[in-house]
Amino acid sequence: MPSFSHFFDTLFSSSDVFIRAMLLTLELTVVSIIVGIVIGLLFALLKISNIKVLAWISDAYVFLVRGTPLIVQIFILYFGISNLFLLPDFWAASLALAFHNGAYISEILRGTIQSIDKGQMEAGRSLGMSNSLTLRRIILPQAFRRALPPLGNQFIIGLKDSSLAAFISMNELFNVATTLGSNNFDEMTYLLIVAVYYLILVAFLTIVVNLFEKKLSISDR
Amino acid sequence: MEQKEMIRIRNLHKSYGDLHVLKDIDMKVLDSDVVCLIGPSGSGKSTLLRCLNYLEKKDSGQILIEGTEVKPDTHDINKIREKVGMVFQHFYLFPHMTVLENVIEAPTHVKKVPKAQAIEEAKALLAKVGLSDKADVYPSKLSGGQKQRVAIARALAMKPDILLFDEPTSALDPELVGEVLATMKELAMEGMTMVVVTHEMSFAREVGDWIVFMHDGRVVESGPPKEFFTNPKEERTKEFLQTTVF
Repeated sequence: MPSFSHFFDTLFSSSDVFIRAMLLTLELTVVSIIVGIVIGLLFALLKISNIKVLAWISDAYVFLVRGTPLIVQIFILYFGISNLFLLPDFWAASLALAFHNGAYISEILRGTIQSIDKGQMEAGRSLGMSNSLTLRRIILPQAFRRALPPLGNQFIIGLKDSSLAAFISMNELFNVATTLGSNNFDEMTYLLIVAVYYLILVAFLTIVVNLFEKKLSISDR
Repeated sequence: MEQKEMIRIRNLHKSYGDLHVLKDIDMKVLDSDVVCLIGPSGSGKSTLLRCLNYLEKKDSGQILIEGTEVKPDTHDINKIREKVGMVFQHFYLFPHMTVLENVIEAPTHVKKVPKAQAIEEAKALLAKVGLSDKADVYPSKLSGGQKQRVAIARALAMKPDILLFDEPTSALDPELVGEVLATMKELAMEGMTMVVVTHEMSFAREVGDWIVFMHDGRVVESGPPKEFFTNPKEERTKEFLQTTVF
């Protein structure tokens, strides 16, 4: 086992590399979450539309994503699509993560949209608002607010899942940790260090989500 | 002067699967009249009311709103709903918006009324329902009676020609019923055309211009309140009135 002083020495001496890697992890996470929300919202709306084919497409997407491991999806995107269309590695990784997160986010949003009282839609419609206007102005703001706790959870999962981008040679946190570890014959120290960085990121993300929740729950007080 | 026909219903039928909930309804609502729909639970009165602004789809028959019939699933439905407001039993205020935002939502986004003007009109409406001091609070802070008065102001903000009320006081604590009925009575006196599904018989008798009694999906009897309440003709009506508390 490494000693405490050795751990802290290594932690500080490697901070430059790790902070760069942390920023890449954060970028991957933020891009994949934002794109994932867009994809998730789209497929949630397809699912609740009254058009059978669209709902079926949404079901198929969720089934495929939930039914296959993320690492397989990343490899398929990386070796397949990114070679065909010359997609930069960062985007191959981000889109694979977004595609993956999108399925879970779509299920979260579908659930919360459907949990909003049917009367809210009727109230909007009875005021002359169209279906899409009522959805946008009345239903979705309430659904998003209700979705925030499970979404926050999904964001944290997404952050940690981004470590799988290491396998397509992204120099994010996990890749840097394993590389430095094996170069210095000191895997355990670097794994412990990378755990600290993940904890910092998760703590940061949790604070951001909590702030959002607080801001959006203003109508409850 | 003859009153204009605001709503005319002919041979209206509606079923949910095997359940025939509206059977051959004929009815009219004249300008500035208050029509009260009464009858036991499950008699079809709420369904009939919801057909009037197309929240329920009719199976057959005709519904004319101010002389025009609306084709279902077209944009015309939104246009008609601007003219026919609705107040629900459970209020359905938008919980993520303040009282004022609730009231200006439809005028600013549907009619594209400039925000400043919409706010001014909304404040006047809130004053009218006695809730000027609640403009900036969220619905979760209001009592049931206050919520329903906001819902009335919200419906009025679209300047409808007709207001539909679906059991507006049934979800309220008894001591809050009065304030809502008072607001409705005031509207009636100003000449608003209203169709009210209600169990409040004293309101129907006092404020109603025309009473429609429904049972088992049919209009059993209708007439002006004085005649209807003092001298009902149908056996079913007499039975209903005997079991009803005034």
